[in-house]
Amino acid sequence: MKRVPAPPEQQPGNFAFTPENLALAKQHIAKYPPRRQASAVMPLLDLAQRQHQNWLPRAAMDAVAEMLEMPRIRVYEVATFYSMYNLAPVGENFVQVCTTTPCWLRGSDDVVGACKAKLGIDFGETTVDGKFTLIEVECLGACVNAPMMQINDDYYEDLTADSAKAVLEALANGEKPKVGPQNGRHASEPAGGPTTLHAYTGDG
Amino acid sequence: MLRDQDRIFTNLYGTQDWGLAGARRRGDWDGTKAILAKGPDAIVDEIKASGLRGRGGAGFPTGLKWSFMPKQSDGKPTYLVVNADEGEPGTCKDREMMRHDPHKLVEGCLIAGFAMRASAAYIYIRGEFHLEANHLEAAVAEAYDAGLLGPNACGSGYAFDVFVHRGAGAYICGEETALIESLEGKKGQPRLKPPFPAGVGVWGRPTTVNNVESIAVAPTIMRRGAGWFAGLGRENNTGTKVFCISGHVERPCNVEEEMSIPLRELIEKHAGGVRGGWNNLLAIIPGGSSVPMIPKSVCDDVLMDFDSLRDVKSGLGTAAVIVMDKSTDLVRAIARLAKFYTHESCGQCTPCREGTGWMWRVMERLVRGEADVAEIDMLLEVSYQIEGHTICALGDAAAWPIQGLMRHFRPEVEARIMARKNKQPAAA
Repeated sequence: MKRVPAPPEQQPGNFAFTPENLALAKQHIAKYPPRRQASAVMPLLDLAQRQHQNWLPRAAMDAVAEMLEMPRIRVYEVATFYSMYNLAPVGENFVQVCTTTPCWLRGSDDVVGACKAKLGIDFGETTVDGKFTLIEVECLGACVNAPMMQINDDYYEDLTADSAKAVLEALANGEKPKVGPQNGRHASEPAGGPTTLHAYTGDG
Repeated sequence: MLRDQDRIFTNLYGTQDWGLAGARRRGDWDGTKAILAKGPDAIVDEIKASGLRGRGGAGFPTGLKWSFMPKQSDGKPTYLVVNADEGEPGTCKDREMMRHDPHKLVEGCLIAGFAMRASAAYIYIRGEFHLEANHLEAAVAEAYDAGLLGPNACGSGYAFDVFVHRGAGAYICGEETALIESLEGKKGQPRLKPPFPAGVGVWGRPTTVNNVESIAVAPTIMRRGAGWFAGLGRENNTGTKVFCISGHVERPCNVEEEMSIPLRELIEKHAGGVRGGWNNLLAIIPGGSSVPMIPKSVCDDVLMDFDSLRDVKSGLGTAAVIVMDKSTDLVRAIARLAKFYTHESCGQCTPCREGTGWMWRVMERLVRGEADVAEIDMLLEVSYQIEGHTICALGDAAAWPIQGLMRHFRPEVEARIMARKNKQPAAA
């Protein structure tokens, strides 16, 4: 997806952390040594994005720069370098489908096709109702549960075209689909049950 | 096969409680004070004797790395940084350790940090691992509440802090100096070495960067002894290893096995074998996307360890085994990796910034056969111009998969080009 900042007419004039987020921001700053507060730029941008419908307006970057006593350009550099910062508005459900080789080998093309068909949009687009944005993403590190997609903070794994559609359908209906493997697996054990650790299964 | 009682990650699949109570039942935080009482040098010696080599890809001896940190304090802090920015395609082992067994890592931070005389550990976890970071933060909070971390960690009299820092989506931050830059609040662009992090690291202070698995196995090695760990695997390739088996196998999975297990045995015992049987195997990328692929003839008897995979011109890397059966379009599989490296190049060094995109575009044409056979040599030549000519190893990592493809499957790539040429009407 092209990472282009939102045009001026979409940019809010100002941004301020809520009192709750301001307290969290201070906790983040306290994790780093004195005068090294710039280290908190990533967590603060994340906080700002979460407060602002999952995208970072320029006003939020400026607010973070002021708070951390950083030149604004240093904050813009960070915000544009890291892929998780959204520089323009996105849908309520931010759908990222992994298509890197391990997912592709397991059928990510089918998952991509299902998502595009179900949502009626292409990569980089948002549905007209603003509920979904769909993008292609690079390896998300769940390769033995491929293919997979991330929607907001949650991983949906071991997908098929049908189960991917079902997840999107549930979200469209305002439901909370089960997170994780969609084929009955618990985590990254072999399907059908572990080949190891038989004495350690269950909470013993 | 490794016996269950020799497995370190006994909650790899998350069937038990990942919190402190569950961790204690699995033996974590048991006698940590006594381990620390042995002193930093004894711990470093024990890790050295265990033969533990870094689990993040490079395989550098962990104990030796720790010994590079200054022995005499200048009164200012030094740091352990844990590289939890797991993002090498095929790799998903650190994720399991952090969401299902976070206390192994937290305790490892204390023991390793103490051994290198560090004052704090920062765990840099990739931002997409939201749940994993939440578990890790909860485990750290539990450890503070129980007095296991803090001004008098485990009652040892040693002050040690652990902090969790979340990334925000950049593969390059898995490179240790890019990670340090990122931790300082900058773009993740690698630094030239020297100076090495053990001299000048995060915030200008001596720093050691270790992979999650390297740190998380340290407490168990200290409890069971270097001899136990060194007795597993082969000489110079000791211990246990968490393997990630993905791609065309019947049952993809993570599994902890003995180092040096034959590749075929690993796949057949734990992943249900190659889809369609062993003879349906085409090639395997044995150590994450950055290492060259090996064809079936090599897979038949290669051992999964640093030295045997190096001997077949590949590498153990992160031990992420990506299996491709005979239905695979290998050119497309590698072209997709070329796209990955193009996306993830940080843009600092010209050979990588320009070369990764160039290689990807040529690979895309090779997928369709839209090329001259001579362009294969040109592509290889460019890959050699990228390899070794950049600040960090991302350039190498982008070059190697393509070199591996051509080393073993060049006739197939050429055949595709010829097939397309033959289909087209001859030019006048």
